[in-house]
Amino acid sequence: MPTAHKILLLDDEQDLLDLYRDVLTQLPSRPEIHTANSGARAIALLESEPFTMLISDLRMPKMDGLQVLSIVRRKFPQLRIVIMTGVVDEQYRSRAYAMGIDLFWEKPRTSEEITLFRDCIESLLGQQEDGGFRGVQSKSLVDIIQLECLSHNSSVLKITKAGEQGNIWVTEGKVIDAATLTLGGEEAFKEILSWKTGSFEILPGEPDHPCVITTSYQGLLLDFAQTCDENKGSEASAQTAACDTKFLTRSPLAALSKVDGVEFVMTVPADEKSEPLSWGLENMGPVATWTRQTQKRLRELGERLQAGDLKQVEAIGLERHIGIASRGDTELCVGFKRTLSADELYETLKNISIKWAS
Amino acid sequence: MGFLSRFSKPTPKLERLPSGSFSVDALGRVLASTLPHAFSSVYMVEIGSAVLAIFKEAREAALPMSEIVVRYGGIKITARELRGGAIIFLKPKGLKPYNA
Repeated sequence: MPTAHKILLLDDEQDLLDLYRDVLTQLPSRPEIHTANSGARAIALLESEPFTMLISDLRMPKMDGLQVLSIVRRKFPQLRIVIMTGVVDEQYRSRAYAMGIDLFWEKPRTSEEITLFRDCIESLLGQQEDGGFRGVQSKSLVDIIQLECLSHNSSVLKITKAGEQGNIWVTEGKVIDAATLTLGGEEAFKEILSWKTGSFEILPGEPDHPCVITTSYQGLLLDFAQTCDENKGSEASAQTAACDTKFLTRSPLAALSKVDGVEFVMTVPADEKSEPLSWGLENMGPVATWTRQTQKRLRELGERLQAGDLKQVEAIGLERHIGIASRGDTELCVGFKRTLSADELYETLKNISIKWAS
Repeated sequence: MGFLSRFSKPTPKLERLPSGSFSVDALGRVLASTLPHAFSSVYMVEIGSAVLAIFKEAREAALPMSEIVVRYGGIKITARELRGGAIIFLKPKGLKPYNA
């Protein structure tokens, strides 16, 4: 059964996030929509689970869209990125495209623009299923090789994917060699073809390059197609399992952050020499200090009043809510979206605290 | 019997946790209270000071907040920020609302 696409929306304005969420949940492919109101939170979310697409604003406090983009493009090269902004500036547009985004969109204002925006996003999600290379996303690498060979071209296809690089040499319509960082010849050709996404350049042909591959391009492609068919079932399930494990083990706090409404999670040891651990938080130092001071102050007060153990603290914030719970010598400080009601805050913090303790 | 009393331990005086509210200004002075007279005003000042310090330190940590709920085993303290001061509600645990 195909899994739903996951879209991450990044904007510092909560009202806009809510609006875009409503618009995008109505897409025919029924994507799963997640939101983040800061760059740090968005990166933390991307690290915790795989996403199909990031839709980001450009102008944001602390970490702007271009900064987020530079990190995301490097760390998650397979991610489709859409910039949606009110900043209509050709320089920003060029810079964003140069950094490898898929779409630059001015924030829609009319119902027609919203419909167009929805169509574009749906189309991009469809391209994700088919694979494709940045710049020619409707074409697979197989299509590109076939085009080069049928046209009897001489060229070098340079393919880059997440820190890996591969070259395929085509001379007068024949694939004569391929190389990756570790492989050569037909092995390298098959390896490169298995890359579903990435970016590529067509460089001028090198007629003097030695001919290593003697099989025709049709034979190579047919062989590759057969191998793909054989491996499809088992590989898909193994990859999904490996992917899930990778994302779940990346941060011990990531599992807690998956609870709906959570913006950040931080554990603060009572001992000030020990470093706090955080997930999705930008200003960790001051928040950790505040957590320690608050808990110390409230424990002293509790002793004076003979009020019993300090169970948990909930703070209703103007930008976000905060919850603090304890276990042994460690405090758990959780940031929540400000849309949570006081009752939801109490219940959610209680559940997270139980999950953390277990 | 007077001899035996020499060996008995002194039992700590058990304070009843009060129910009600009080307000403090930005300097922590108690302005008004609905708490019973038996509840020492010293405690009110201590609660008020703690709450005002938490609000202030939260602002300094870029976490501005308008309300804080502190849950102890025996009492729930709710403090709302009020123009630099605060209004503070105390509700002992297990206390049911009075139905006339």
